[in-house]
Amino acid sequence: MLEAINVTCVRGTRRLFKDLNFAVARGELIELRGPNGSGKTSLLRILCGLATPAAGDVLWDGTNIRSLGEEYSASVAYLGHQNAVKDELTAIENLRISSGVAGHALDKGEAQRVLAQVGLTQQQNLPARVLSAGQRRRLAMTRLLTANATLWILDEVLTSLDQAAMGLSRDFMTEHLKNGGAAIVATHQDLNLTASSVKRLQLS
Amino acid sequence: MFSWLVWRDLILAWRRRADVLATVFFFIIVTSLFPLGIGPERETLKTIAPGVVWVAALLASMLSLGRIFGNDYQDGTLEQLVLTPQPTYLVVLAKVLAHWIISELPLVVIAPVLGLQFGLSENSLVIVIASLLLGTPVLSVIGSIGAALTLGLRAANVLVALLVLPLYIPVLIFGSGAVQASLTGASPQAWLLLLAATLVVSLVFAPWATSAALKISVE
Repeated sequence: MLEAINVTCVRGTRRLFKDLNFAVARGELIELRGPNGSGKTSLLRILCGLATPAAGDVLWDGTNIRSLGEEYSASVAYLGHQNAVKDELTAIENLRISSGVAGHALDKGEAQRVLAQVGLTQQQNLPARVLSAGQRRRLAMTRLLTANATLWILDEVLTSLDQAAMGLSRDFMTEHLKNGGAAIVATHQDLNLTASSVKRLQLS
Repeated sequence: MFSWLVWRDLILAWRRRADVLATVFFFIIVTSLFPLGIGPERETLKTIAPGVVWVAALLASMLSLGRIFGNDYQDGTLEQLVLTPQPTYLVVLAKVLAHWIISELPLVVIAPVLGLQFGLSENSLVIVIASLLLGTPVLSVIGSIGAALTLGLRAANVLVALLVLPLYIPVLIFGSGAVQASLTGASPQAWLLLLAATLVVSLVFAPWATSAALKISVE
């Protein structure tokens, strides 16, 4: 489904990786490993179309993602280092507005159900400013649940999550794979997914 | 998508009212300094009024440019906006519209009151409003190019001024020209039409430039 062909990434004068080839199919997860500074985030940003590779192509169902443009964006959900959570808005406003902006508006009931899934029912009317780092991460995770995307691109998704939330995000990923989705996850922790279709990609 | 984004920016601006008020007070103070500094000579004040009001409006709108994309850039929302399944062009238009409502519309509303300090007639005050209504959206949309280009840079504010102020010159000339014409009893129509043409051209082309700049900035 997603295919990277000879992807090379150069940051400034440093070459992070060269001629990287891999493919993800439906129901598959790629665990992206590598020490700090090995280019995990750069690779993920190339894959979701935010950055352009110095050389090589990223193909989605055989077509270059550059030429697909917004069509590709609709099938991808990206969760980066930053949560994209607005401090001034309450948790539920954050969820409803971000999904409205992304083109799939939720009514209040739906939004409450999604927040319940990530365990933020009690915090739904608190401004995001007062949420803890983990709670903000949980709030960011709601974007994955509402986006209806085939491909999840997750950068250090487990950071600042407690045991319960890590379990949750594992459940979400397993569920997503079972429904025919795919995911590329940069991580330092073991994901320990029960699904067998986990591949590992090591950057050095 | 469009209305959600505008709505979001309006809520955020309401919860950060102090920022918006700062722009308006800047506009009021700058225009008020001129009558104080130059003296109460009626004719002199009338002659400088169009220029002063328009220059102050330019500077005030410059102050708010950093906010168009700055906060979204810092908390990662901008990446998500670029990745929405809609063209970035629409995202830019929505942000510009919200910026205009938040930072420029208050200037248009307050300008007639400030015009009174300069002894402008009723007829000229109407032209002040009309020219600002046509001109300030141009300031927002052209300013968005500068704002997008300087995202994440250290001396962003100064750089925006250097990039954007030269591009504001046509708006300044047409806008103050319209008010000037109404003062001398001539018809301001030609100036207003020029402003309208500038508005149309910049609304069509500037968002493209801004989207390209945004994509470079988030990369």
